[in-house]
Amino acid sequence: MLKSIQIESFFIEIGELTYFARRFFKELFKKPFEFNELLKLCYSIGNKSFLLVGITGFIIGLVITLQTRPTLEEFGAESWMPSMVSISIIREIGPVIIALTFAGRIASGIGAELGSMRVTEQIDAMEVSGTNPFKFLVVTRILATTLMLPLLVIYGDAIALYGSYIVENLKGEVSFQLYFNKVFNAIEFGDIIPATIKTFFFGFAIGLVGCFKGYNCKKGTVGVGLAANSAVVFSSMLLFIIDFVAVFITDIFFEI
Amino acid sequence: MNEAQNIQEIKESTRIRKPILEIKDLRKSFGNNHVLNGFNLQLFEGENLVIMGKSGSGKSVMIKCLVGLMQADSGSIKVMGNDINTLNEHDLNELRTEIGFLFQGSALYDSMTVRENLEFPLRRHKHKFGIVKEKTPLVIEALESVGLVDAIDLMPAELSGGMQRRVALARTLILKPKIILYDEPTSGLDPITAKEIIELMRRIQREYKTSSLIITHDVDCARVVSERMVLLVDGINYAEGTFETLKNSNDEKVKAFFK
Repeated sequence: MLKSIQIESFFIEIGELTYFARRFFKELFKKPFEFNELLKLCYSIGNKSFLLVGITGFIIGLVITLQTRPTLEEFGAESWMPSMVSISIIREIGPVIIALTFAGRIASGIGAELGSMRVTEQIDAMEVSGTNPFKFLVVTRILATTLMLPLLVIYGDAIALYGSYIVENLKGEVSFQLYFNKVFNAIEFGDIIPATIKTFFFGFAIGLVGCFKGYNCKKGTVGVGLAANSAVVFSSMLLFIIDFVAVFITDIFFEI
Repeated sequence: MNEAQNIQEIKESTRIRKPILEIKDLRKSFGNNHVLNGFNLQLFEGENLVIMGKSGSGKSVMIKCLVGLMQADSGSIKVMGNDINTLNEHDLNELRTEIGFLFQGSALYDSMTVRENLEFPLRRHKHKFGIVKEKTPLVIEALESVGLVDAIDLMPAELSGGMQRRVALARTLILKPKIILYDEPTSGLDPITAKEIIELMRRIQREYKTSSLIITHDVDCARVVSERMVLLVDGINYAEGTFETLKNSNDEKVKAFFK
């Protein structure tokens, strides 16, 4: 009985989220365009995550190289290290780990911010002043996360490769030029383009879920915490689903 | 004073004024909880009307239905002759510029300064004043009317509860509305600050010549600001009259409000 209620409420939530996304696309092309707010949010969302993404990327690069090197050494294949690390980081590990970090920071922030605006009637106050709060608060945030995450992933990937190079340089005395020469020989457009395209969808999902949870927040201050928490859980889950679909489609078009 | 005299008294006070807001047979339920059961109301031009009711009696639901924040199940709401249920989004937003709403908790945008809070409603309604870019004079004028010009660059978190309420009132005034809806304007304030807010409400009504609909539990507030009162009981307008008339009523339910 309990399970059937949970399944039902899950599907209701999916339906509401779809409706919310439809409203986003409807409002996106309606005037007025909130350019100033969008720029402000792009700056704050990008800037907020810059250091975190940098540190995460650097550690990803270090750890992958340190963990993989002994195995490759056993087979005398350590010269494959730059190409192997770069492909795995650019195709999969970089986008997914950075998107998860971004979701933890930004989706919860958006969920809590909009949630507290909802419970303190700030969103209602915007509405009664004749301004469209959905356009001002939701459309701008979803756009900002959609635009910022791909840039952060590119930046994070670059830092991860640099981290990997440091390990290679220390352990195998590989020069900067040789390392990155091998990296650029190994990666193709088929690795970069699908990975970049999927980060737009990751960014969209994070913004959408964060805004959805915050904008529809109920039950007072408890609801704000719940909105922030469930925004992270739901968006992380959605990231893996999008990733699976993206890999599936990439496989069809680019033959991985 | 009997009921006939009471009705006569109300008719006298509203005789020459036109209704600016009219609610007819308003009904709203949440599941099996019937909050409004055919509520009727008329607010006249320049009038200060107080609505009193117990917590959960539907006062806030009614006021939210008035500005389209909530959809009523049935009944009609006419604001300045416009039925708000039939207006499209654009027209509803235009009409909302004529209705100020002071929220119970002030509802100031906490990520914006006082100046930005006041400028916010002007973003989409500059045409109302024929201004192009300069919003500051209007902001200062509104802040002057609540005596808080010095707080213009402060954040809401830096203001006391009373100051926040005054800034919220200034934000309400910036679009120069014809009707102001007050949702519990003195709740959560100490008696002295509450008195200041009540005095401010009276002054604003005189200066801006607005019609005011005030929802409150505060008997002192009702006594000072009301020209007419409506008691909301069980989702209907149970009793209506001046403060004195209702205060001297023999009806037990009415008396309970003034104990």
